[in-house]
Amino acid sequence: MRKIYYALKYVCIAALVISLVALLAVVAYVLINGLDKLSFHLVFGEYDPNMPTLLPALVGTLQLIGVAAIIAIPIGVASAIFLVEYTNNKGKFVKIVQVAAETLAGIPSIVYGLFGYLIFVVAFGWGYSIIGGGITLAIMILPTIVRSTQESLLSVQGGLREGAYALGTSKVRTIFRIVLPSAAGGIVTAIILAIGRVVSESAVLILTIGMVVNKVPETLMSPGTSLALDIYYFASHGYPNEAAATAVVLLVFVILLNLLAGWIGNMIKKSTYGDAK
Amino acid sequence: MNEFIGSMNITAKGCNLYYGDFHALKDINIEIPEKQVTALIGPSGCGKSTFLKIFNRMNDLVEGCRIEGEYHIGGIDIFDKETDVNILRKNVGMVFQKPNPFPMSIYDNIAFAPRTFGITKKSKLDEIVEQSLRRASIWDEVKDRLRKNALGMSGGQQQRLCIARSLAASPKVLLMDEPTSALDPISTGKIEELMEELKKDLTIVIVTHNMQQATRIADKTAFFLLGELVEYGNTDDIFTSPRDERTERYITGRFG
Repeated sequence: MRKIYYALKYVCIAALVISLVALLAVVAYVLINGLDKLSFHLVFGEYDPNMPTLLPALVGTLQLIGVAAIIAIPIGVASAIFLVEYTNNKGKFVKIVQVAAETLAGIPSIVYGLFGYLIFVVAFGWGYSIIGGGITLAIMILPTIVRSTQESLLSVQGGLREGAYALGTSKVRTIFRIVLPSAAGGIVTAIILAIGRVVSESAVLILTIGMVVNKVPETLMSPGTSLALDIYYFASHGYPNEAAATAVVLLVFVILLNLLAGWIGNMIKKSTYGDAK
Repeated sequence: MNEFIGSMNITAKGCNLYYGDFHALKDINIEIPEKQVTALIGPSGCGKSTFLKIFNRMNDLVEGCRIEGEYHIGGIDIFDKETDVNILRKNVGMVFQKPNPFPMSIYDNIAFAPRTFGITKKSKLDEIVEQSLRRASIWDEVKDRLRKNALGMSGGQQQRLCIARSLAASPKVLLMDEPTSALDPISTGKIEELMEELKKDLTIVIVTHNMQQATRIADKTAFFLLGELVEYGNTDDIFTSPRDERTERYITGRFG
């Protein structure tokens, strides 16, 4: 019996090593192939067919984040507030919404892309546009924002709500002054992680924003590209090293977002709970 | 109208309360005098906390809770359509078993209720904060750290802060739901002294598991058992010469 326990430990260590090696291999591969192409010109320069740059993708990515965030954050947070504070998170309706949200979160993103294509590109006649892609991304991250905001609201101690009501505080004031500030750390972290999904998404955008890699979008109605899309474009159009360099930029972007999420979440927790927690 | 005025007697007539099919309180009639401490005692699950929460309508928040009967505080019918539940709760404060300070500064905790009811002038708020903390006899301990987060205080201090927070709404009645059961004996003693002081202006109703506490602080005591009010009278009489055999068995520790 003893031997099996020891063996199990080593099996687990081996598994850990394999996953670490896989991760490091990806990062190393990207760095080795991309670093010598990575330059100031590549990231911020004017686009040239012989010297492609990421400027259109950078602008496009930021615009997509903006559109998706403006739509998904208020709707997602408000939905979660309704579910937790106004229905007590109980009942058939909440169950249905819950199941729907979990299902939506699990749908492959290309399906969202197809939806966005059929609605915004075809039915609305917008053609490929940043705004169509942004709205589609907003729909894609909504379930995640609703679910994680719900979790954050539910983790607020019931005693705080009771305490506020017992002072004659209205429901709205209790939500805005007591519940939301207490849950803010978790909500902000969830939102930034959802934005991370926007940044790394490509399937949705192939079908909705058109992958125009050589022009900075003039308006939100223009077609465009994003960092993740550029990787696909460069890799499939004979610029493998530029693709790897773009991957480096994207990696840094995502790492920064994740750090930011943790940092802001902690800052807010500190300012609401002081040094007590 | 924001303030309850006049005498703050509390009366309940024909009180029946149901959680779904469960009959939790059975035909209770009681008259609680103003400016005294009245203790509600009885074994766990006897309905005393539930009964207490009728008077600031906290049971409204409980799903499937149905209340029958007539309830008056200072002559005001608390379930009347005209009675605003938030105004009722402003006038009938509550302190909970577990201290529940808001995750904000000590000052903001105390100023919360006055701000809710429209006081924004800083000098006025400063005055209310100091006065409330003094009345809860915690001013000297916190006056130098009013801007510090309230969650950094000890449990006993947090509970007195919660009392001060209630007082800042200038209530006429204070409901206390086992306010010392989570505290050490020294903190408990402080809160009991405090109640002695507060009853000069307030009607206090306290639920307690601790019978010594009832004898120390309560003018009147009501004994609940299985949703019924078994006996109610002066604390001395209840503990020295109870009329009901069940009361006697409970206070002598033979059941419950």
